Amino acid sequence: MPTRNLDEITTEILDLAAKKFSVPRAELKPEDDFFKKLRIDSLQALDLLTGLERHFSIELPDYELQGVTDFRTLAERIQARVG
Amino acid sequence: MLDLSHYDSLGAALGDALDRFADHICLIEADRDRENHRLTYRQFRERAMPVARALENLPFGAGNRAAILMSNQSKWLIAAYAILYRGGVIVPLDYKLSAREHAELLAHSKAEVLFIEYPLWRMLRNEPGFAALALRAVFVTEAPEGAEIGSARRWEECPEGPAPTFVPRKRQDWAGIVYSSGTGGRPKGCILTHENYLEQCRSLTTWYPFWPGVRYLSILPTNHAIDFMVGFIGPFVCGAAVVHLRTLRPEFIRDAFPRYRITYASVVPLVLKNVERSLRARFDQLPPMRRRVLDGLIALNRGLTRRQPHPRISRLLLPQVHQAFGGQLLTLIVGGAFTEPATLQFFYDLGLPVANGYGLTEACTAITVNDLRPFRADTVGKPLPGVEIRITDAGPDGVGEVQARAKSIMAGYLDDPGLTAETIVDGWLHTGDLGWLDEQGHLHLVGREKNMIVTEGGKNVYPEDVEHAFEGVPAKEFCIFAANYLWPARSLGGRESLILVVRPDGEAGADGLPALVAERNRRLADFKRVSGLLVWESDFPRTASLKIKRPELARQIAERVERSAVIDL
Repeated sequence: MPTRNLDEITTEILDLAAKKFSVPRAELKPEDDFFKKLRIDSLQALDLLTGLERHFSIELPDYELQGVTDFRTLAERIQARVG
Repeated sequence: MLDLSHYDSLGAALGDALDRFADHICLIEADRDRENHRLTYRQFRERAMPVARALENLPFGAGNRAAILMSNQSKWLIAAYAILYRGGVIVPLDYKLSAREHAELLAHSKAEVLFIEYPLWRMLRNEPGFAALALRAVFVTEAPEGAEIGSARRWEECPEGPAPTFVPRKRQDWAGIVYSSGTGGRPKGCILTHENYLEQCRSLTTWYPFWPGVRYLSILPTNHAIDFMVGFIGPFVCGAAVVHLRTLRPEFIRDAFPRYRITYASVVPLVLKNVERSLRARFDQLPPMRRRVLDGLIALNRGLTRRQPHPRISRLLLPQVHQAFGGQLLTLIVGGAFTEPATLQFFYDLGLPVANGYGLTEACTAITVNDLRPFRADTVGKPLPGVEIRITDAGPDGVGEVQARAKSIMAGYLDDPGLTAETIVDGWLHTGDLGWLDEQGHLHLVGREKNMIVTEGGKNVYPEDVEHAFEGVPAKEFCIFAANYLWPARSLGGRESLILVVRPDGEAGADGLPALVAERNRRLADFKRVSGLLVWESDFPRTASLKIKRPELARQIAERVERSAVIDL
């Protein structure tokens, strides 16, 4: 898989989140709180993690979501695993 | 099951269980769809002894405190047994809290030893408060090869050797310090004795027995009083097995039921509602004819199980529903927060009884539980055997404060004699919850006297603990209340919420506050966020030492403004 930079990963997360939770893509920004912006609870956030795992072909343990509320930080966690 | 009346301590009872059920499976640990291992009771002991030996070598013995900071897994229970074997006191901590909160609770508990998972260790050791902790030893689990773990030890390097010495304890000795909440202002560490646990286990298993062959799926965090009891002590003293998943992803939890033929599982209302939604969606997709047949079978099952559950009949009538849960599920235990009666009834009508109940960490686990004879969706059940309930200062509607007395009531709050004296008076636990008892002896809960919310995810949130996140907002003064405390709904249900009450600064005004509060909210865990803002123009009533008189302010607010004045965030 080609190496992706943080901006690319963030964009892909925003695209996927918008589609998965039917939120207009233009309304999502990297610094947004995804719980609030997507109107999701902690279980749905885990579901989002599963979607991201499939998209990036990686495995993300649940603890990677711990303390993370914004898309940008989530992208950093994913980048560390995408390599 | 062991006769727990013969034992003085959890360590002694668990030790005998490991002998008696030596060849039965006690633990299955899976990670997603991969099984990590399954252990017999004999193998459990073999894994626990090196850990107990490492503790003995520290030295660590009677009354010493050891914290556990791990997600649900075999090592959690192995560490707990090793601590109890050495006569120690377990301090189970919520792995979902932040590193700062972990450091605060470790300091408060005065834990000398810590068992911790590697990812949590990485975060904790970078926390400024960590250096000041009085930890004598840290055991880190599953640290990658070559990983820097500082002065900590690797769990995997606990020494082989001769059996360590078992340290006996008495019933009134401390077995655990369990935090019911509170990381900001006033941590509440409930001191639970061996007697508390042994008696709670005895009464719970009277109504919900375990036996060899039963499999309990452990999803609620094991630091939570419910999972510690029904996902460790209960099944172990009966020779049953506990299944751990290293993930809480709904799809893997769903798969675990049929894969491991689960008998019992504890869930929070949020999960239960999630499962209900997905089942209803599947039912709605059925062709009209099949849907009518299904509805007919559900109605028939409801009629046949009116007096008590009949699992065999329900499985026969609704085989596909039951097979999706593995075909062996007897009961779902729901705890931690209020569950809507419609949800409870939905599952019961499918032949999947939900044992809802009411409990507090202060009472070890549960005070009342649905005994299913018959099932009642509208109450939180009857007092467990050995538990007395009374309602005090009842109004004309019979509603008053729920108080409980039992051998399972905690010894007190750690290092807080004042709060202990307020909470336990003449042996009665003042729960701060409002309710009434009906003629059948069932308890109905209707609200809280305490300024507290219990989230759908089962977490207690004290508004006082959330306030620090809002320090510095341009306001003369502010404080946070649970909406249900300001305007009691006289019924529980729906989403409970926190309200920020602000007396605005004259110059800055209130216009920019919603955006600012939303920004501050982001610093908080999702379940601790404020969802409404109330602008209040009068001075807050304060004590001589300038503390806000919260009950007085709450009364003024309730009298002068309607809930509709709250600005949604």
